Amino acid sequence: MARPVQPDVADPSPDDDRPPTEPTELAAPAGVAAAEIGIASGAAGGAAILMPDAPRKKRRIFYFLALGWLAVVVFTAVFADVLPLADPNFQVIRDRLAAPGEKGYILGTDNIGRDLLSRLAFGGRVSLIIAFTAVIIGSLVGGAIGLTAGFFRGWYERIVMSFVDVLLAFPALVLLLALVAFVGQSLRTISLVIGFLAIPAYARVARATTLAVSQREYVLAARALGAKSSRILFRELLPNVALPVVAFGLVALGLVIVAEGGLAFLGLSVEFPTSTWGSLIAAGKNWVRESPHLALIPSVVMLLTVLSLNYVGDTLRSRFDVRESAL
Amino acid sequence: MVVLRKLLTLVPTVLLVSFLTYLLVDLLPGDAATQLAGNDPQEETIRAIREDLGLDKPLLIRYVYWLGDVATGDFGRSYRTNQPVLEAIGERLPITLQLGLMAMLFALFLSIPLGVLSAFKANTPIDKTITTVSFGLLAVPNFVMALLLLYVFAVELGWFPPVGWTRLTADVGDNLRRSVLPALSLSIGQLAVYTRLLRTDMIATLQEDFVAMAKAKGLPTWRILFTHALRPSSFSLLTIIGLQVGGLIGGAVIVEQFFALPGIGRLLLESIQQRDLIIVQGVVLFIGLTTVLANFAVDLVYSVLDPRIRRGSTRTA
Repeated sequence: MARPVQPDVADPSPDDDRPPTEPTELAAPAGVAAAEIGIASGAAGGAAILMPDAPRKKRRIFYFLALGWLAVVVFTAVFADVLPLADPNFQVIRDRLAAPGEKGYILGTDNIGRDLLSRLAFGGRVSLIIAFTAVIIGSLVGGAIGLTAGFFRGWYERIVMSFVDVLLAFPALVLLLALVAFVGQSLRTISLVIGFLAIPAYARVARATTLAVSQREYVLAARALGAKSSRILFRELLPNVALPVVAFGLVALGLVIVAEGGLAFLGLSVEFPTSTWGSLIAAGKNWVRESPHLALIPSVVMLLTVLSLNYVGDTLRSRFDVRESAL
Repeated sequence: MVVLRKLLTLVPTVLLVSFLTYLLVDLLPGDAATQLAGNDPQEETIRAIREDLGLDKPLLIRYVYWLGDVATGDFGRSYRTNQPVLEAIGERLPITLQLGLMAMLFALFLSIPLGVLSAFKANTPIDKTITTVSFGLLAVPNFVMALLLLYVFAVELGWFPPVGWTRLTADVGDNLRRSVLPALSLSIGQLAVYTRLLRTDMIATLQEDFVAMAKAKGLPTWRILFTHALRPSSFSLLTIIGLQVGGLIGGAVIVEQFFALPGIGRLLLESIQQRDLIIVQGVVLFIGLTTVLANFAVDLVYSVLDPRIRRGSTRTA
């Protein structure tokens, strides 16, 4: 493989109480990686090089702020129908391009007089559906691949992982573009394609964790007691591999939201008139002179969401990381 | 010798990349023949075109034919304009290359001092500010970054032209002015990754005995940091730079579209919109090979930077 080996991945951060960083080949931020949903770097992602050792108490405040924001986002997306919001596609031309707070529109209106707040709520719903579907597909399939590769090793691991590496070598956005352009732009196909592209990153995370966990004493003990492979796989390894994979899932949600945003920006996401956060930003771009809020507000919402996902994911990772509690 | 052995491992990777690229376009619905046959296609015309293009042969045969052509530099011709694919790529490449290089330079130029400073002042307010800001930057998608830069520097301040491109050969000054914002939007995310990575590795290096030794000899701090400690701390950085090549190209698609720059990314997007499969295939293959080769190059540079790897591998060779 052309992928360079990380020298001494062991523990580059002896100075703090965070988990040792993931192999850098996995390190990539959600933002940059707009492209890289999982990408090359995708993986352990933003998480690998995240927060410094802020005092615990301060960390906890940010942690709850982040959780609170995510709760608000999920709540408005789920209950958008029930909440007292305007119809996201209802146009009041007379009120077009209202600034936030003007004429009774909390976040203003767009160029044909649609309520931005309600478009954000309904757009968030589409963005979140895509993100959750993709992450569930990626974590189940990728997790299974990584778990088995890390457990059985040998030729199976070599073949599987070389496919994973090659897929990771492709810029994900490029693959995504090519795939989506040809399979279509429905909500279902976009979620599936992004989910497929998330598989390799998950496979790497799950394999790395499996390799680490298989060395632990209780696994050796189970083996020595004559446990069957399936028992070790499901009873000993799975529960310990699942937690880091789930924590990575939070970072991955951010990556997917960004990836979908990039797609929407290029006009290749879910078709008109369904809005997603990405397409709101893209549409707002054309009015940046007259009404900058049209692009800026959705940008800030997306940014805060990705930031919160990164932060919560990172915090959970350091809590679940097996190596932190290494003997 | 080492290079030769590494070259051998490159072969299966390249084959796999090319096969996947071929599959990608081959398996997708929407056959070139139906496109070429025009608005009111007759069954026979389609069949004739398929035969003409060799689209009726089995998959593996088609792949081998295609691979042979590609190996001799023939990526095919655009279904629409009949322009050779390589020529189309060649026309657009300089722009993306310039953009990518500038972005990488911006990112390194800022992240090396910041990362070193952050590590040197570890756990002080300076360090915390740097790490927190770069953590925040990680969450900024490049299209949002592009939008913010465009709004602040082009719309509000008017320092840079908002969109469009001038060739470097046509007008150097204008070219640079037009490339600053796109390159910056591409570099911000990288900047964050590089800074954080360098900080982590640098902190580890600064615990080493040879650093204490240098300090004891009374060497000036900047010399210890930049000549003694930087090199052994730069390996993860280097790996990531290699991996970021893919990310840069992906980001370039968005940034080129945003700022209306006629680069490779734009070419890919246009040909996807026009369903010009052969160009899509060529560009995807080109991008895939570029990223694989970039990683390979990093692998080689590695052994130059770290003598331990070099010696280690010659002994086993």
